[in-house]
Amino acid sequence: MAKKKTIRTIPQDRTPMQEQVPEIRARNFAEVSLGYELAAAVRESERCLMCPDEPCIRGCPVGINIPGFIAKIGEKDFHGAYDVLTDTTLLPAICGRVCPQETQCEGVCTVGESLESVAIGRLERFVGDMAIAEGWSAVPYIEPNELRVGIIGSGPSGMACAADMAKAGCKVTVFEAFQQPGGVLRYGIPEFRLPNEVVDAEIAKVARLGVTFRMNALVGRLFTIEQMLTDMGFDAVFVGTGAGTPVFMDIAGESLSGVVSANELLTRINLMQARDFPAHDTPLGLGKKVAVIGAGNTAMDALRVSLRLGADKVMCVYRRGHEEAPARAEELHHAEQEGIEFHWLTNPLAILDDGNGNVRGMLCQRMELGEPDKSGRRRPVPVEGSDFELECDTVVYAIGTNANPILGQTSSLALTDRGYIVANDSLATSIDGVFAGGDIVTGAATVIEAMGAGRTAAAAMKRYLGLRDSTLPYAPAERASSLFGLAPEQRNFVRVQVA
Amino acid sequence: MVAEVVPNAVPYEIVTRTDFSDVTYLLEVLEPDMAKAAHPGQFVMVMSHAEGERIPLTIADFDRERGTITLVVQAIGKTTREMQRDLIQGAHLYAMVGPMGIPSHIEGVKKVICVGGGLGVAPVYPQARAFKEAGAYVIGVIGFRNKDLVFWEDKFESVCDEFIICSDDGSVGIKGLVTEGIKIALEKHDDVDEVIAIGPPIMMRACSQFTQPYGVHTVVSLNPIMVDGTGMCGGCRVKVDGRTRFACVDGPDFDAHKVDFDDLMARLKRFREQEKQVLDRWEQGCRIPEAPTMSTPGA
Ligand SMILES: Cc1cc2nc3c(=O)[nH]c(=O)nc-3n(C[C@H](O)[C@H](O)[C@H](O)COP(=O)(O)OP(=O)(O)OC[C@H]3O[C@@H](n4cnc5c(N)ncnc54)[C@H](O)[C@@H]3O)c2cc1C
Ligand SMILES: Cc1cc2nc3c(=O)[nH]c(=O)nc-3n(C[C@H](O)[C@H](O)[C@H](O)COP(=O)(O)OP(=O)(O)OC[C@H]3O[C@@H](n4cnc5c(N)ncnc54)[C@H](O)[C@@H]3O)c2cc1C
Ligand code: SF4
Ligand code: SF4
Ligand code: FES
Repeated sequence: MAKKKTIRTIPQDRTPMQEQVPEIRARNFAEVSLGYELAAAVRESERCLMCPDEPCIRGCPVGINIPGFIAKIGEKDFHGAYDVLTDTTLLPAICGRVCPQETQCEGVCTVGESLESVAIGRLERFVGDMAIAEGWSAVPYIEPNELRVGIIGSGPSGMACAADMAKAGCKVTVFEAFQQPGGVLRYGIPEFRLPNEVVDAEIAKVARLGVTFRMNALVGRLFTIEQMLTDMGFDAVFVGTGAGTPVFMDIAGESLSGVVSANELLTRINLMQARDFPAHDTPLGLGKKVAVIGAGNTAMDALRVSLRLGADKVMCVYRRGHEEAPARAEELHHAEQEGIEFHWLTNPLAILDDGNGNVRGMLCQRMELGEPDKSGRRRPVPVEGSDFELECDTVVYAIGTNANPILGQTSSLALTDRGYIVANDSLATSIDGVFAGGDIVTGAATVIEAMGAGRTAAAAMKRYLGLRDSTLPYAPAERASSLFGLAPEQRNFVRVQVA
Repeated sequence: MVAEVVPNAVPYEIVTRTDFSDVTYLLEVLEPDMAKAAHPGQFVMVMSHAEGERIPLTIADFDRERGTITLVVQAIGKTTREMQRDLIQGAHLYAMVGPMGIPSHIEGVKKVICVGGGLGVAPVYPQARAFKEAGAYVIGVIGFRNKDLVFWEDKFESVCDEFIICSDDGSVGIKGLVTEGIKIALEKHDDVDEVIAIGPPIMMRACSQFTQPYGVHTVVSLNPIMVDGTGMCGGCRVKVDGRTRFACVDGPDFDAHKVDFDDLMARLKRFREQEKQVLDRWEQGCRIPEAPTMSTPGA
């Protein structure tokens, strides 16, 4: 090891990542951020101070050994870096792209106290992309057992649980309601942020572990959770169905044609390929002046998708201010660069009819920030007499989601009063042998949290099934070394085969 | 790509295809798990090929022994006409998901009028049969524009205690709309517990308005535009009793007297232009062979 680095000796500026220029990318669906080249990744890795107290690891919801994988990049041992990552995460190429790093790992990075923090997400993406390009994957030798595990939903939580249970030797089947797997990664997040190829590659790795995917299977209605445990012979079940039901505001004009949820807009585009209409049959019906209500990741995606589909004017309408916007900083920044018009502190009161059942505009009200509310953010209060009309022909709702009702309607699972599944700390539900995690337990959260939940549930499921395993799926203390993506506690009963 | 890694376990084969007229056809699809799970009042989402639209179709019948689901389809636009052309016996659907929606409420009804208008005869049939099996007195009222469009009248009649058929032009049964048939039935029986009406929105609205003064509980099965059918997009939202409900997960059956039919009918017109565009294009036979997707201009 070279002499100890200090904040003065490291490269001072964060290594820039190549991006498509805003004017061009705002009209195409190709990825906005192009990722690091090898030299850039190595340079950025030099900025990590290898802090002994590792604050960044505690900032990551799943506790990735961040200085560990960055050190491997510095040594140009990229496969080694990948092994460190896959000790903990199943989806490095995805989380490196979509994690809100500024509030997680990078938000607490020591370098960030005086300079711009180490670009942990970009480095993680670099390694994840290289693994895809080189065809690396962490397929261990698996000692099969007779146990069968059913997973409901193929989002990040379901895939993580499926992968862990397959590595433990169980026969795993993932049931997904849609015709393609991936959950929000597929139907929600658009291609310019997360290309479908990356999602495909990560899913292919899960399939390579021997996991069977059964698409077009709506659990609850095709068969119930209870039937999975009885008639169908599953020994344990994981529920990762996400929180997908969009919320509306119940204001006048909501049923006009031209009013859609962001979920509908994004599903039509991402899953059903409506942007290739009429070559693909699903229509979109997007206008020229689009107003999106909300300022989270979903809203940013709806805004930027509208721009790319040729809208002349795309407006973000949010009742709080810029500071309070929940979207990832990078997405907000990109949206601003691309020419989205932001109407902060603006609250819609009604959607206006053009007389033919279409949208003519929106009646809005200005807001100002008052006292902090329960969420700690300052509560917006209306400014008296500030009503005005905002001209638009399409209104997109991106103000949050509720729990999907289907499993509640069809099983005896205990639900919270808001319809989410009740689960304890190890993610066991009220039904013996049934575990749940991800957005359907916590409400809308992040990809990495959902993935972490899938792994926590898998650990509990292994205990429930009497499989040898430690109490924690990815205890930071045990991460020191890595062997083909196997957690140390899993190595004591398997042989490892080079894939 | 994914398709290779993730083959569909069930190939959704069309085992029977019957044409009732030049616009109406029946598909019997092999899907044993779904045949076991299906209940009257539920529907499926179908994709006929990978570039197609997901469209909702009511389960018109299910046969647990044969392991099949029966769909009756009216060819009105691009998707349903293309299916009419391509889905011959032995062909496969690309995807079929379901059974979706809350099953119809059957228990505890002693006397019921089951009303089917046009194609609606098919979706109301399994309910009539279920009522009959549950011991109810079933009065069937079905209506068509003319004699040539009539289908399933024997099948329907066999599960009814009384049966009335109506046609707009009088070429079969009584002359008049289905409301004429409902009127006859309600005047004869003053102890009807429930009227169930399925058909085009205009017909369901007419039935709802007609039964309101009689105070008979009336149920309709709503058919708004759907995308996923799993409660995820909100495209199927309808106004019932002043509240926003999602037809795919909260319905599709609702209390007719509380449904805002004008709202439903307006929302069904959302994509009229695009529907026409895609149909014209298809009729001109200019379906361009699919280039592999991932069109990334400027990349
Ligand atoms: C537009 C959008 C943008 C986002 N951007 C970001 C971001 O940048 N960064 C970030 O970290 N997070 C982001 N999120 C949040 C993140 O995607 C979610 O928190 C995460 O995907 C939740 O994972 P999950 O496994 O719980 O469920 P999901 O990803 O929602 O997957 C659930 C799956 O279960 C299936 N399913 C549901 N019910 C059934 C059933 N009954 N039977 C069978 N299958 C069923 C669904 O079809 C779906 O495929 C975004 C979310 C959205 C909607
Ligand atoms: C719960 C439910 C059950 C249904 N059951 C049947 C059935 O058993 N048999 C049958 O023939 N039809 C049924 N329909 C209607 C059927 O889905 C539409 O006729 C079909 O989608 C038309 O597609 P298209 O491309 O051929 O026509 P298009 O030209 O696209 O549309 C023609 C009309 O069909 C309606 N429609 C279009 N797209 C959709 C969509 N995605 N979802 C719903 N409606 C749409 C609109 O009113 C439109 O104006 C049902 C609809 C619902 C919601
Ligand atoms: S998973 Fe997310 S939070 Fe964790 S290190 Fe990677 S980018 Fe940071
Ligand atoms: S906090 Fe920052 S500098 Fe310190 S180890 Fe983590 S990434 Fe490196
Ligand atoms: S069809 Fe999407 S929510 Fe009902």
